[in-house]
Amino acid sequence: MTISREDVLRVAELAHLELTPEEIELYRGQLDEILNYISKLQQLDVAHVEPMTQMSFGRAEPAASSRTSRHEAETDLREDKLRPCNIADAVLEQAPDAVKPFFRVPKVIER
Amino acid sequence: MSATKAWTVASIQAALRSKKVSAREIATEFYANIDRRNPDINAYLTLSRERAFAQADRVDVATACGEKLGPLAGVPIAVKDVISTAGIRTTCGSKILETYVPPYDATAVARLEKAGAVILGKTNCDEFAMGSSNENSAYGPVRNPVAMDRVPGGSSGGSAATVAAGLAVAALGTDTGGSIRQPGACCGVPAMMPTYGRVSRYGLIAFASSLDRIGPFAMNVADAAAIMSVIAGHDENDATSAAVPLPDYTAGIEQSIQGLRIGVPEEYFGEGIDGQVKEKVLAGIALLEKLGCRPVSLKMPHTEYAIATYYIVATAEASSNLARYDGVRYGLRVPGATLIDMYRKTRERGFGAEVKRRLMLGTYALSSGYYDAYYLRAQKVRALIARDFAEAFQKVDAIVTPTTPTPAFKLGEKTSDPLQMYLADIYTVTGSLAGIPGISIPCGITKEKLPIGMQILGPHFSESRVLQLARAFEKAGGFLI
Repeated sequence: MTISREDVLRVAELAHLELTPEEIELYRGQLDEILNYISKLQQLDVAHVEPMTQMSFGRAEPAASSRTSRHEAETDLREDKLRPCNIADAVLEQAPDAVKPFFRVPKVIER
Repeated sequence: MSATKAWTVASIQAALRSKKVSAREIATEFYANIDRRNPDINAYLTLSRERAFAQADRVDVATACGEKLGPLAGVPIAVKDVISTAGIRTTCGSKILETYVPPYDATAVARLEKAGAVILGKTNCDEFAMGSSNENSAYGPVRNPVAMDRVPGGSSGGSAATVAAGLAVAALGTDTGGSIRQPGACCGVPAMMPTYGRVSRYGLIAFASSLDRIGPFAMNVADAAAIMSVIAGHDENDATSAAVPLPDYTAGIEQSIQGLRIGVPEEYFGEGIDGQVKEKVLAGIALLEKLGCRPVSLKMPHTEYAIATYYIVATAEASSNLARYDGVRYGLRVPGATLIDMYRKTRERGFGAEVKRRLMLGTYALSSGYYDAYYLRAQKVRALIARDFAEAFQKVDAIVTPTTPTPAFKLGEKTSDPLQMYLADIYTVTGSLAGIPGISIPCGITKEKLPIGMQILGPHFSESRVLQLARAFEKAGGFLI
């Protein structure tokens, strides 16, 4: 057994999930089975493999003669310019509890 | 067969131009069919009649005035309910967003309407696109219109079902690990996942940001190409959308496939595949050979690690993306004594079982002490899977495999065993992880008359070639092989 009841409770707390006693037992068993399956990744030697952290394909390769810096050629950075975005009212309309221009929530700081 | 199934993008354009029918009449015909069949199929969650008829009327006025019509003028299209539509409820198949109405349109939706398309409504899906059977929707499962006791596949099951049942001419779905291609195969309709970054994700409610893609379901390959031509292309609102030149997919669709090398990876025909699926897909490959392609046997050694890799990467990203549902800004709020208490109660009541399971798995994989063993390792294996494809595409122009190991399974058959459900995506997650495009096209039926899907994968941004192969296959009768 990889996953204990305590593991489930710790993860549920991190994920902000309040589980019922039945859910705790159900997820413990299921996560255990899934993680057991996933442990097949341990069979591979990945010591010299770079993790795949970027999903940008087809970007122009920086030409050797180009004066463009490597950084500029590899990123698609837009100009840092303000664009009007007057949607505050529409957004607040969707809130369960709003007092313009705020979202109202239970008290966070105790005195 | 519904009369609505006879409509295609091309036939609608011709009928509108010759004034045989109006866009309003076409929309009316589709809504009549929806009213009749949707109560059984449950493919649509929300209908947008007002917006649809307003758009149809705009098309009809343009026709009457002799204006040039957009390429999708009057074409009734369904949109998966994880894609934002201004003023139309967007639930993601979840109770937590039951009353959520987005203030803006996704770029793909805006582009469809600009091209004249008529958005009929929002389609049912697995909650937050997490599932392979559509049984994880908070609004009840979708039934497969081809076999009503079977699942339509998932997570875009509603979108696939609308097209298969003639409840829309085409539909938008989203694919994270197979969620366009797998339901396309289960319902017997062409279904395309574009290259990562080819179609803007702006307005797509995120599940796993490095995997999520929007793509079309259609009645035929030409229609899929027509929709791709409209929705693809760079968008300044999505920094991950690619500034790569956009070909006209429709214009090039009949191009010859003569001499193309098609890779057949042995790992996709091994243990676990249904005998009839294997037989038909091999027959499909033989047909492509007859059409002038050259099959090449391939080995893709990291294929067997794809499901394990996917369920780490996708759930880790989901645990971060779904942190936003906390009862503060939108959707459900369950009151609590403290802020944290409110978060927890809201999420406990708002999320279904599969979403919670994946959030737990993803949170675990990212948590202190496990990050290196799970998430980092999965990112490395993902690189190995991408390398398998890169090496294969040195030798071949495209890769052909089954889309799914089995035809559509029965409703309820896999709901109690999450791992078995995950394995339904075994042939589709690989392409998702590598970021490459793929299409599932019909490739005959089983003795039980269940559709079988054949998958064509290509290198990044090779949508044109993938569509040409699919079109040649369709034209040669491959869909009915």
